[in-house]
Amino acid sequence: MTDWLGPAEWTALWLSLKVAFWATVFSLPVGFGVAYALARGTFFGRQALNILVHLPLVMPPVVTGYLLLLGFGRTGPFGEAFEALFGVIFAFRWTGAALAAAIMGFPLMVRAMRLSLEAVDQGLEEAAGTLGASRWRILRTVTLPLAWPGILAGAVLGFAKGMGEFGATVTFVSNIPGQTQTLALSIDTLLEIPGGEPLALRLAVVSILIAACALIVSELLAQRVSKRRAA
Amino acid sequence: MLQVSVSKAFEGFELDAAFDAPAGITAIFGPSGSGKTSIIRAVAGLLACEQAAVSLDGRDLSKLSPHKRRIGYVFQDARLFPHMTVLGNLRYGGTHDEGAVIAVLGLATLLERFPSSLSGGEKQRVALGRALMSAPDVLLLDEPLSALDGPRKAEVLPYLEALRDQTSIPILYVSHDMGEVARLASRIVVLNKGRVVLAGSLDDVLADPAAVPFLGVREAGAVLAGRVVGHADDGLTKIETGAGAFWVPGLVGRAGASVRLRVPAQDVILSRGAPSDMSALNVLPVTIIGLERGTGPGVAVALKAGDARLLARVTKRSCDAMGLTVGDQVFAILKATAIAPVDIG
Repeated sequence: MTDWLGPAEWTALWLSLKVAFWATVFSLPVGFGVAYALARGTFFGRQALNILVHLPLVMPPVVTGYLLLLGFGRTGPFGEAFEALFGVIFAFRWTGAALAAAIMGFPLMVRAMRLSLEAVDQGLEEAAGTLGASRWRILRTVTLPLAWPGILAGAVLGFAKGMGEFGATVTFVSNIPGQTQTLALSIDTLLEIPGGEPLALRLAVVSILIAACALIVSELLAQRVSKRRAA
Repeated sequence: MLQVSVSKAFEGFELDAAFDAPAGITAIFGPSGSGKTSIIRAVAGLLACEQAAVSLDGRDLSKLSPHKRRIGYVFQDARLFPHMTVLGNLRYGGTHDEGAVIAVLGLATLLERFPSSLSGGEKQRVALGRALMSAPDVLLLDEPLSALDGPRKAEVLPYLEALRDQTSIPILYVSHDMGEVARLASRIVVLNKGRVVLAGSLDDVLADPAAVPFLGVREAGAVLAGRVVGHADDGLTKIETGAGAFWVPGLVGRAGASVRLRVPAQDVILSRGAPSDMSALNVLPVTIIGLERGTGPGVAVALKAGDARLLARVTKRSCDAMGLTVGDQVFAILKATAIAPVDIG
């Protein structure tokens, strides 16, 4: 089985999973906050926030990658800040790939979560308030449990996007085997070397399997939620 | 004592209402769109208003956010949390008097079920229990029966009557159904186009001929407090009231039970002489204490009967032909069947 992919490909697969996982973990709370603000908030600049969040979806990925390089490169203002405060370096590291994946997956994640939040009956939140629940308790006990399938769907979309991200990643952190060469970058590399095509095809199958698994898992979880509610 | 003063401008409609509500059930009555629900939403702090002064026993609640007001709210559509069991819903706001609430509302067999499997009547009982278990200082009921059909209504009404008899907090009961109001409320606030047009004890307002246009000519009618005397073999019940004895259809209550009778004004016939050879069972000697001519063909006639008051609605033509004036002694005639069993409770 291990012969089926070469060591470089296994590394790329493992790296992709790591990148997508951490991208999802870190963007989930932020994405939920933004989705909640967009779904429930009535504040100045709401539309501007909405556009900002959706920009990575419509901008050329190269541009996103370039902006990341400017902002989060070692001499970029955010890059310097992160290195000074947390000792985290993004430029040409797997952490940078995770950041690019998070940014590119963010609009998809926020959109799914926002839709599910908007579908939660605000009347139920009102009712919880009259029963003495604070905003925080309402969020925890009513809003989140009811919006849960959509939040999960958002996470899965974000993860899947992170697994497959190419343009912004290659621009921001380049294509360094073992460091930033994720599945998608690896496929691209294999296609450019003679005789690499069979391996590329195998990697393509692997990425399709992972995507399908993610969808099935989220579908099953969502079904369990709705079944429990109907019981 | 709950004191409420609310004003808010809506599109094409201005709400400007103030009233007091002591402990017990105060009905907020009015046609659809008269601002009933807006008022109690403002009381609960759920509606942003230009002005919404709410105080309870002199304590100002206006500045508090909804969850700090300790105001229970039973919504028209119950609003149970779909992801929690009945017990989870009940305990959401607290566990005050849990055993008693579950027993009184008959919820013991429902506790493990989810809201989606409950009937409309069961949902409303759970919603009521949930509000009561949060130990509110004020309870707001927004047409809790309006979404229910006849049998379901009859299922929930006794629980509301028990609440009426046991409560020591102000309860605002929004309704456009005079039958419900007559059974449950001790006070009434009548709204029309966002303004309070009448407010006071239920007996006073319902016996006031000036109230007829606002209550609707088919809804108007005095409410009498009475006591069941006994049941006759032919299926009638005799009820003693301050206005005299009434025969009503059906076997109502046990002997000695307190009941309320609603006597619809449009079903009361007035006669100069004591009628005889007539099918109507209830004939009471009364004195005319007020006449109110409406804009339509009717006249509302306020009557004193014993130590109680009644209301009759007759045509202007009859009123003029009979020469009815204040102070006249006449007879009020009422068919037993005019008092529907649903109006007795």
